[in-house]
Amino acid sequence: MSDQTGPPPATPAPVPPPDLAAALSLRGLWKRFGQKIAVAGVDLDVPTGSFFGLVGPNGAGKTTSLSMATGLLRPDFGTVHVHGTDLWAQPERAKAELGVLPDGVRLFDRLTGAQLLTYAGLLRGLDRDTVAERTEDLLQAMDLVGDRDTFVVDYSAGMTKKIGLASAMIHAPRVLVLDEPFEAVDPVSAANIRDILHGYVDDGGTVVVSSHVMDLVQRMCSHVAIIAGGHVLAAGTVSDVRGEQSLEDRFVDLVGGRRESEGLAWLRSSSASS
Amino acid sequence: MVAQLVRLKLTLLANTFRRSVWQTIGLVVGSLYGLGVLVLVVAAAIVGGTADPALTGHVVTVAGALVVLAWWVVPVFAFGVDATLDPRRFVTFAIPRRTLLAGLALAGLVSIPAAVTTLGALGVSLAWWRQPAALLAALVGGVLATALCLVGSRAATTALAPLLDSRRYREVVAIAAVVPLVLVGPAFGWLADGVEVAAGGSDADALGAAVATLAQVVGWTPLGAPWALASAVHDGAWALLVARLAISLGTLALAWVVWDRALARELVTPHGGGSSSAAAKGLGWFGRLPATPLGAVAARTATYWVRDPRYAASIAMVPLLPLVLLAVGMTNGAGGGLLLVMAPLAAWLLGFGISNDVGYDNTAFALHVATGTPGRVDRWGRVLPVLAGGAPLCVAFALVGCAVAGRWDALPALLGLTAGTLGASLGISSAVSARLVYPVPKPGESPFKSPQGATMATMVAQMATMGITLAVSLPTLALALTAILLPQAALGWAALGVGLVTGVLVLLLGVRWGARTYDRRLPELLQQVMAFG
Repeated sequence: MSDQTGPPPATPAPVPPPDLAAALSLRGLWKRFGQKIAVAGVDLDVPTGSFFGLVGPNGAGKTTSLSMATGLLRPDFGTVHVHGTDLWAQPERAKAELGVLPDGVRLFDRLTGAQLLTYAGLLRGLDRDTVAERTEDLLQAMDLVGDRDTFVVDYSAGMTKKIGLASAMIHAPRVLVLDEPFEAVDPVSAANIRDILHGYVDDGGTVVVSSHVMDLVQRMCSHVAIIAGGHVLAAGTVSDVRGEQSLEDRFVDLVGGRRESEGLAWLRSSSASS
Repeated sequence: MVAQLVRLKLTLLANTFRRSVWQTIGLVVGSLYGLGVLVLVVAAAIVGGTADPALTGHVVTVAGALVVLAWWVVPVFAFGVDATLDPRRFVTFAIPRRTLLAGLALAGLVSIPAAVTTLGALGVSLAWWRQPAALLAALVGGVLATALCLVGSRAATTALAPLLDSRRYREVVAIAAVVPLVLVGPAFGWLADGVEVAAGGSDADALGAAVATLAQVVGWTPLGAPWALASAVHDGAWALLVARLAISLGTLALAWVVWDRALARELVTPHGGGSSSAAAKGLGWFGRLPATPLGAVAARTATYWVRDPRYAASIAMVPLLPLVLLAVGMTNGAGGGLLLVMAPLAAWLLGFGISNDVGYDNTAFALHVATGTPGRVDRWGRVLPVLAGGAPLCVAFALVGCAVAGRWDALPALLGLTAGTLGASLGISSAVSARLVYPVPKPGESPFKSPQGATMATMVAQMATMGITLAVSLPTLALALTAILLPQAALGWAALGVGLVTGVLVLLLGVRWGARTYDRRLPELLQQVMAFG
């Protein structure tokens, strides 16, 4: 993912055992794709009842880490515990507690919105009445009632994101893992979704979102982890991590890479020179 | 610009070598095979040309016409066109269409089938090595024929693509594409007649005369005209030469214009058209099948068989089977007897339809992974709708076949063979598709577009499925064929028994093995389809 795959600390600090009380506990996750090490030893605890933000530059390993944490990608090394259940040892039990919105995957888009939600609900083993009831509620909440009978393939990018989010929530999981949930979603829907997620957290659920919009994470999340080059650079409550700075400044400090250059001079004069 | 496109295609071809060892091996094996066939054909042409140039010229004309026909029809039907250089990817680069077209045409030469065709077309010209004038004409004809193959196949697929996207026209196009196939029947019948008429002479003479008549007709068609140039020079028929040249060039120009127009339209039409933004009321199958994970997968599968053009295209063949078989049977004298093949063939096609189901799901399969859907549920959910819809259809086909052929005595054997084939192909497909996944057109793409760099993976997976299915069906097949051809009633009942047992057993074991493989490599399966992009 990134060429910034610096070696792990020379003498690795003793890694504490997985936190079995945490909603999500990652220990020593490694993943290599060919020559590239995408994730190089990620340790992370997501406390139960937290609204957890995962931030990092492009190619930092966010999606890879979340994929391994939700059972979509088998790690080369490391463990994942979901509320104390070892995900890769007992996938069925652990997956039942997870609701997942992966980034960059398709949906079964030849189904209508209502059918897709029904499909997700039935796959989760819910009975017909519960599925029907929750489908209605979710369509309402996502403002998709009018498009319930439209094929998902005809949805806009934002609507697709929302129906994917709805199918991740239909079985009332204890942990929601959402990869870039607000991408392409309009501000009104985003605010509605944030309200839903906050309500869910207030009732004891745990939400993990990845994003590269620092401002959003600072306002929305209780906890945050900064990932770059396949490592966790900082993790904790938002106020701990950012200290006196804004999250964005802290992030840039940690990750680096800002250039003070005059670059692309030709671009500025493009209208004059052509 | 043209050179850059050709270079791009070469780079892409070279990169397929770097992607995986198996693809490299496949490509090497494919190249060697192509080369072997090429050497044989050219050697045969030279030997034939030395002994009897006139006859060799006729054979080249007929065979060449078949090659051109294959280039035009097969991509529309089966494998799709090589989409390595998808014109849509060049939309944002502001390349003049004329340049783009020339570049795509030339870059089309850079692929194994195209290279084999080119070398073959030029190689068979050597049949005329004794007559320089004819050799020259043959070389010109070879170049023209290759151009016709490439441009014609592009024109056909590009022009038909928008139609194939929309469901209403799809059946019409499928039927239209069958017409040339149906015409093969009369051609053979006619050839047989020619042999009979000339039966007075020796067999070789008779065959030669028949080929000559056939070649004369084919030489007038756009398919055969370029191949027949040299024959015209050999006969000293200059007017004929000019006419054939005119036909070849005219067809080439027409195909070029069609391709140009179609490409112009495709470039401004947004990707994945056919979004009629139609709506489906209610829950469809989801409301009718049991509210369990298994019922849900079955409902989803059933919905997709009807609504996803990629599945619908693969089963569009099934209702056409009786028509094709009847047409072929009528013209070549086999009569209605050929319709007996219909039921087992349909059974095999239906079973084969799910042999790459995860590939068809593409990354939407992530839902099954995220929800932890067990292999047993996934596999049976995909099999059951095909079984429920296919079994009655196959029985009906068997009954109709027996009725038309007037062979009610063959019914037990036929039913046994059909049941065995359906069960075996479904079972083997379930097992293989959990192990071998290959790229197919993505959801929403034209079902006739073949994804890039995957030809070998596709062939390996399909060959494995077909080969294993055939192997497990062999006892039933042998019994049923003996029973039907002898005819032998007792054997027919034995075939029924063996067929039913084979079908049920292979289905159960195949699904079970597939489910276990699926459970073991669920995340890996997802990563495989993710890699298709």
